[in-house]
Amino acid sequence: MDLASAKEIGAGLAVIALSGVGVGIGYIFAALVNSVARNPASRDRVFGLAILGFALTEAVALYALVIAFIILFV
Amino acid sequence: MAAQGSSIDAMSQFELHPVFGHLGASLGFAQSNLFMIVAALLTLGLLWVGMSPRAMVPGRLQSAAEMAYEAVMSMCVDTIGPEGRGFFPFVFTLFFFILFGNLLGVWPYDFTFTSHIVVTLALTLVVFFLSTGVGLYYHGGHFFSYFVPQGVPALLLPLLVPIEVLSYLSRIISLSVRLFANMMAGHVMLEVFGAFVVMLAGAGIIFWIPSALSEAVLIALIGFEILVATLQAYVFAILTCIYLHDAVHLH
Repeated sequence: MDLASAKEIGAGLAVIALSGVGVGIGYIFAALVNSVARNPASRDRVFGLAILGFALTEAVALYALVIAFIILFV
Repeated sequence: MAAQGSSIDAMSQFELHPVFGHLGASLGFAQSNLFMIVAALLTLGLLWVGMSPRAMVPGRLQSAAEMAYEAVMSMCVDTIGPEGRGFFPFVFTLFFFILFGNLLGVWPYDFTFTSHIVVTLALTLVVFFLSTGVGLYYHGGHFFSYFVPQGVPALLLPLLVPIEVLSYLSRIISLSVRLFANMMAGHVMLEVFGAFVVMLAGAGIIFWIPSALSEAVLIALIGFEILVATLQAYVFAILTCIYLHDAVHLH
């Protein structure tokens, strides 16, 4: 196996981590919908926390992407 | 260009070239620096030009400036507490510099200076040294009790304290890489889909439908990129406030 193919396989393996991130983001918004359903008045307060949580979880996805890019291009 | 032959060159958009001819080449002044100056001028102009009417009933720009002030002030005071008022100028400047930097990049032919790790790392180091300095200033040597969580048995401390210190130091990496990776990935996606549109359209009339679909996805992606730009600026600012809260209150 030559280096270029190994790099591409490595990059593909690196993005398997995104499955965990998908579960995490789904969980955050499931919790948001649940909490707004229980207490609709809390929507404005909880929404900001949900967006913050989403951005922090998405960051983990991008760490995996950065590793994939490093494997592929460096 | 973006699509040569059968490969898509997604990364060359991030290369820096001197602007303004000989002056730029001798100073090392590149597109990144140019757009940093534009973003700084926009941040300054938002408040200076926005508040210059000083009307009791604000017009649109003054209203926007006042809402921006109010939003960042409430973010600082809600997160950091009463001491947050002192940090407001820093957080405001940081938030709007990053926001305008990210948003300028969505504009065609403009450059996103936050898509370089060195820029986001510099901003993160400022935040890190500020929060550590503030913690040491407010608490002196007692600052290091931050790394010893309450209610932990003494036997676990040799394991837990290095982990706490490492997680504190890893804030530098996480804060900078979050902003950098979001911006870089967004622009790589835009370049790739743009290349799809051009490559498919050039391949023959039967490929015009996939080309139009790629164009639709590209338009949706630009909208998403604007959302991500705003969100990442907000996340950077709110995390700065959270780190300052930890520094001021030590928990």
